[in-house]
Amino acid sequence: MNKLYKVYIQFFLLVLVIAVSAILINNLLANLSRTGLFFNLSWLLRPAGFALAEHPLAYSPSDTYAWALFIGFLNSLKVIFGSLIFATFIGLFVGIIRTVNHSLLGFIASGYITIIRQTPLLLQLMFWYFVGFLGLKDNSFQLSNDILGISNQGIAFLGVSFTSEFSSLLLGLSVFTGAYIAEVVRGGILSVSKGQWEAFRSLGLSSSAGLFKIIIPQALPAIIPGLTSQYLNLAKNSTLAIAVGYSDIYAINDTVITQTGRSIESFILLLITFLFLNLLITNFMEAINRFILYYKKT
Amino acid sequence: MRRIIFGMLGLSMLLASCANTSQNNTSRLDLIKNRDELICGVSGKIPGFSFLGSKGSYQGLDVDICKAFAAAFLGDAKKVQYRPLTAAERFTAIKTGEIDLLSRNTTFTFSRDAFRGNGLSFAPVVFHDGQGLMVKTGSKINSIKELSGKSICVGSGTTTEQNINDAFEVASLPYKPIKYQDLNQVVAGYLQGRCSAMTSDRSQLAAARSGFKNPSSHIILDDVLSKEPLAPASDGRDYLLADAMRWVVFALISAEEQGITQENVYQKLQMAQENPQLKPMRRFLGVEGDLGEKIGLNNDFVVKVISATGNYGEIYNRNLGPNSAVPIPRGLNHLYSNGGVHIAPPFN
Ligand SMILES: N[C@@H](CCC(=O)N[C@@H](CS)C(=O)NCC(=O)O)C(=O)O
Repeated sequence: MNKLYKVYIQFFLLVLVIAVSAILINNLLANLSRTGLFFNLSWLLRPAGFALAEHPLAYSPSDTYAWALFIGFLNSLKVIFGSLIFATFIGLFVGIIRTVNHSLLGFIASGYITIIRQTPLLLQLMFWYFVGFLGLKDNSFQLSNDILGISNQGIAFLGVSFTSEFSSLLLGLSVFTGAYIAEVVRGGILSVSKGQWEAFRSLGLSSSAGLFKIIIPQALPAIIPGLTSQYLNLAKNSTLAIAVGYSDIYAINDTVITQTGRSIESFILLLITFLFLNLLITNFMEAINRFILYYKKT
Repeated sequence: MRRIIFGMLGLSMLLASCANTSQNNTSRLDLIKNRDELICGVSGKIPGFSFLGSKGSYQGLDVDICKAFAAAFLGDAKKVQYRPLTAAERFTAIKTGEIDLLSRNTTFTFSRDAFRGNGLSFAPVVFHDGQGLMVKTGSKINSIKELSGKSICVGSGTTTEQNINDAFEVASLPYKPIKYQDLNQVVAGYLQGRCSAMTSDRSQLAAARSGFKNPSSHIILDDVLSKEPLAPASDGRDYLLADAMRWVVFALISAEEQGITQENVYQKLQMAQENPQLKPMRRFLGVEGDLGEKIGLNNDFVVKVISATGNYGEIYNRNLGPNSAVPIPRGLNHLYSNGGVHIAPPFN
């Protein structure tokens, strides 16, 4: 009896969900057709007609809108994964410093976290770009000719050059997300019981060895979920690229919409792309989590 | 799997709700009248066209056009709410109904006007412009050829972005577009040396330069890359609003043709009232006939407009004339009778 009741409820919910989605989708289609714009993606194959300063793969203005958007996606991936790695290092480093009581370093670290967390990311990005890079104007910074060069045109490092738009976005996102990751790391480390610290000290391990061999592995299960959500935020925040002139998928989408008038289709594509990207990040992090839990058990 | 389903569900709800704002069958014109206020999309950053003046109110040619619409629709030029918009935001703002109309240095093009393009409707052109390039005087760049391979600062979501590409492709030259969201950023990128040149409508280059510390160390190249007829725009589905806007702009031009000014409009009205034989002027000023009613306005809408903003020539001179802060020679923007291209159809 009780079971049957549950089945009824589930069935009812299913019908409700289907009905609501049907109404919404119908609504969307009705609105599209009233504007004379039936849902249509054929425009994606027409030539884009605009140039891009940065493209990881070959691109010319005669290529299609679809290709232009894909190039934007690659530009997004490039900056997201670059910042993800830098932010993780910054976060680990600062988070650890905050837990080990070095007075001066700890003070600097907490100052960094406070400043970064109390100001809007958009302003920080603009600061890195307009003040940091473009503020160099005609000055440039050179380190023995081909190792490192920094100017208002960007960074050249060992013969590879990055534009100032990319560099400031990478820097801004890494420094910003790093501050949040540091707090996640600190929280994770503090969650490990005090007894563990005393235990490894009594075994005669140095504090750095103890930290990396004993404490951090135990802190990881507490760190991973927080880290995942910071990575997801990072991916979403990357769409602020447009504020510093970097051609990520969002910025290119903006141009595409003004040229084609296809805002609904473009936004659907954009949303699906980010949904897909974030599901990828979530699942990847979950796999890591499972691996760690499994490893801990054995 | 569960995540994907929930994600998709959320997505479809979001989309359906944002699509839901499109219009039903009543005209926006009624909505404006009921609200007793006009919501006008402007740039807000271009001296001479639309910018926040020293008294904290918006000023410029585009702003005066908003005022003319408000005077015609509501009888009061002050009943306007201005919404500053970036180039990329402006069309969505019309389509979602966030603004009633756009008076924001927007180029009238085929695709923007087309039903299956951006789906807008354009009022008559209020400023004939063309795209140009600005460089630093010391840079020894005199034409587009010398910009080969260089970075150029440009605003995204504009005709500018397409034209610059067309021009460089025609000349078979490479270049790097550095794209920003708004004019202030384009200017900052250019002034800080990120780009060798900045490109925009020539009026905007002149306006931007007027705000530089050292205007004389920048020159606008002679190359004119395109035609940029700038016109007010509204939602293409709403032909009633479009009709009303069209005839307000023509009224400004026609008033200049007839020598009706802000100062003499009431004298002219009196003259029309006293002289039944002055048929064209009687119709124009709404003394006789029902032209205003035919487009959903009061018959005296022209009087309201001209007494509020003056005619087209007065608006031009106030904002871009020789004594203004951003003097731009009138050139193409003269009346047809003075060698320009502005002309109004008959008010019959
Ligand atoms: N006439 C051009 C508009 C040009 C345009 O909007 N340019 C940008 C900058 S290049 C602008 O005016 N920005 C003003 C602002 O940012 O508010 C068009 O319709 O596409």
